[in-house]
Amino acid sequence: MRVSLDGVVKAFGPQRVLDRVVWEADFEHALALIGPSGGGKSTLMRLLAGLDTPDEGRVMVDGKALPVDEGALRAYRRGTGIVFQSFNLFPHLSALENVILPLVHVHGMGRREAEGVAASFLERFRLAGHGHKQPALLSGGQRQRVAIARALAHSPGLLLLDEPTSALDPEMTSEVLDVIAELRDSGQRIVLVTHEMGFARHTADVVAFVDGGGILESGAAAEFFGNPKKPETARFLEKILKY
Amino acid sequence: MATASTSFGVFFDRPGRPAGLLGRGLSLALLVAGYSLLCWLAFSKSIQNWEGVLDYRVTFWNGWMNTIRISAAALVLSTLIGMVTALARRSPFLPLRYTAVAYVETVRGLPLVVLVLFGFYGVANALGWQDRVAVGIGILSLFSGAYIAEMIRAGIDSVGRSQWDSARAIGLGTVQTYRLVVLPQVARQTLPPLAGQFSSIIKDSSLLYIIGIPELTFAANQVNSATYSTFESFVPLGVCYLALTLPVSLLSKWLERRTRYET
Repeated sequence: MRVSLDGVVKAFGPQRVLDRVVWEADFEHALALIGPSGGGKSTLMRLLAGLDTPDEGRVMVDGKALPVDEGALRAYRRGTGIVFQSFNLFPHLSALENVILPLVHVHGMGRREAEGVAASFLERFRLAGHGHKQPALLSGGQRQRVAIARALAHSPGLLLLDEPTSALDPEMTSEVLDVIAELRDSGQRIVLVTHEMGFARHTADVVAFVDGGGILESGAAAEFFGNPKKPETARFLEKILKY
Repeated sequence: MATASTSFGVFFDRPGRPAGLLGRGLSLALLVAGYSLLCWLAFSKSIQNWEGVLDYRVTFWNGWMNTIRISAAALVLSTLIGMVTALARRSPFLPLRYTAVAYVETVRGLPLVVLVLFGFYGVANALGWQDRVAVGIGILSLFSGAYIAEMIRAGIDSVGRSQWDSARAIGLGTVQTYRLVVLPQVARQTLPPLAGQFSSIIKDSSLLYIIGIPELTFAANQVNSATYSTFESFVPLGVCYLALTLPVSLLSKWLERRTRYET
């Protein structure tokens, strides 16, 4: 899969979070975006997800530029799955209904079939006994796995995960990371924003360091972590891996 | 001192030492007996005409039924008005949004009596609308609709940014997002205050007596002028309103408690 940015600018007020970014990455399974908070990882993620559009420039996935009007963007989003840091699920629906809703109302699946698909995804993510529960009754790790099930149930070509474990404690984090690793091994294409460096190193083919209005460095994971070229990257990795 | 404090201790409800069943029951009984005695001493001479008023029980009954019908109709209509107005206030089309704002602010800034008088003698007369009850329901609905619009608007505002994002992320359109994600959450938020508003509608419907709608207050007033028995006419009036508003208020409190525990 190829992701490229062609002169992308995204500003919030006077602050240019992404400033004329030109970048390209080829990856087979997973791309990880890392970097300090406020550096532009999530902004880039929202562009790739088709939730926001760049002020200037183009975002391209597999050689095709993402549309800029909401109708066409919605069609694009239907082919992706997105999981946010937290508060993904609809609180008024059970876990199972959360997974069923997009299948029925977005992808036109019959109710009966959708129930079957949703149940099988919950089972796959070890949530078999929890389908009837409201999100408020689930643990953070369970909620995030339901969110991943919902994002995956329509078999999207690309799964986007925006800091999926940042709001979780270590035990729940490993529950969720296990699921993501398993997905990657089963051939699901993934773009992941994460602070879990060990996980990025083992799971991603390509890692990109996002900071200072652009992508400072990107490359194959082993190379990136083993031998960072830019001093900023080296300093960031040193700081984050210190303890 | 010690005996006095223990003997009166049953009447005290303190944190950590709540009053028992005996204290609660005894307090209630004393109050009822005391206030009853007070009322009897004050009014026993002047209230004697219960039989005269009893002859008019059909008038009371019809008035009471009208009050219930008018309030129920106004509740349904004002909920619809409130919903449409709340959505209009979020419309990207400015003329629509400003119309909604102007409606809500105007109505909330006016006393209901003014609306009733203006609506009936001004608007309805000019347009030749004769059906008083329908006009009354319309005025009450417009009045209450402005308040309900604000409740629903607050409900929509309370649905977090992330819910909208999630809805967009899974590919829902705007109408689907409202129907499947936002409004069900708003309904849960809005139900308790909406029940409270129903109680307000019941009470506010009494003002419609000034334009001659035969509802409960109008009926009581009629009985009073026919029998010259003010107390005997207006005590049942109050009891009839409480019989409607107390259950509704209990319902509202129950709904409030339920939503609090659920979220």
